[in-house]
Amino acid sequence: MSALLFTLLAAGGSFSAGLLGALTGLGGGIVIVPMLTLFFGVDLRYAIGASLVSVIATSSGAAAAYVKEGYTNVRVGMLLEIATTIGALGGAYLAGRIGTNAIAVIFGVVLLYSAWRSTKPLAEHVSTEHAHPLANTLRLNSTYPTPNGLQPYAVQAVPAGFGLMFLAGILSGLLGIGSGALKVLAMDQMMHLPFKVSTTTSNFMIGVTAAASAGIYLARGYINPSLALPVMLGVLAGALTGARVLAGANTKMLRRIFGVVVVVLALEMLYRGVRGGL
Amino acid sequence: MANPARRDRWTDEEVDQLLGNLLRFGVIIATILAAAGGVLYLARHGLEPTDYHVFRGEPAELRRVGGIVRGAFELNAVAVIQLGLLLLIATPIARVAMSLVAFILQRDRVYIVVTSIVLALLIFSLTGGVPG
Repeated sequence: MSALLFTLLAAGGSFSAGLLGALTGLGGGIVIVPMLTLFFGVDLRYAIGASLVSVIATSSGAAAAYVKEGYTNVRVGMLLEIATTIGALGGAYLAGRIGTNAIAVIFGVVLLYSAWRSTKPLAEHVSTEHAHPLANTLRLNSTYPTPNGLQPYAVQAVPAGFGLMFLAGILSGLLGIGSGALKVLAMDQMMHLPFKVSTTTSNFMIGVTAAASAGIYLARGYINPSLALPVMLGVLAGALTGARVLAGANTKMLRRIFGVVVVVLALEMLYRGVRGGL
Repeated sequence: MANPARRDRWTDEEVDQLLGNLLRFGVIIATILAAAGGVLYLARHGLEPTDYHVFRGEPAELRRVGGIVRGAFELNAVAVIQLGLLLLIATPIARVAMSLVAFILQRDRVYIVVTSIVLALLIFSLTGGVPG
């Protein structure tokens, strides 16, 4: 395949992944690596490097729009980033130590989990009192804008959230994904942040977490410029387009279709990983 | 906003606005630079075959900040792309650095420490502190 044709196909595929990821809320990052390895025959390490760069681009691109709305809890984000960056450094270190087949198996499991997770709508828990003692000490409690004015919220389970973020960081560094699903789970379900706050804060953290492992990936030669560029531009354009058309889209059907795609990719990654040869 | 007399009155909202602009600016500059490198690359090598099937690892000069900058100044197409990607990687790091400045201006000791730890970890990674 010529470089020109490859660039166009990779950019087109990445655009679709970014678009579907934004429309379904699952994030495009998780399907980039399987798409590149399974359909384009790209080595897993180059695919992970390209995916990581695109994760940073979409996170920063979306955050530019989000922070203006005033939902991001920078203190919560910064505190949890200690956990995610240490995790990401560990994950990126591990990625160079364990074989690509083992990484493919872990990837398959994470994809299956994400697909399963997306079928179960989460309930929003917002507490106004009884914050975790650490949330008081670290001044994590804040307010967010609602139609009825600013509403205060109290942050729960700080140590448990911190622990889950460490795992999110490891997976991000190991697989080149944003681990957004895990981050949102820790923040809405454990720490009881309002959805709008957890989504935007998680997005803020994704870029920083990915940047922590990107340095190691760069130094190890996993970031191939001519591959990472079309993937990054495609995902970014897809995600920004998705965010624009989100209001009028029927996301229920899309979520189902995308869920099936994710499951198929997961099984294929598992199969390739177990059989070997990735 | 840079008026020194008003520094300690910086609100979280003002800081957020500034950070949002920084991120947007960083992403735009980085993508334009990388895309320009991409055009150069395709103009020179567009018809050559590609193969990403076998992992060779990028050459040493595309793995370190110094080598990437040098290559980009020589208009080496892949180095120009890599410099754009490097800027993109640096954008969230710059955001953490800006948050640190904001916490210093707000005299928020706890978060000055928290943010410094995060920033140190990021710089440690980008300067190749972890063995490959």
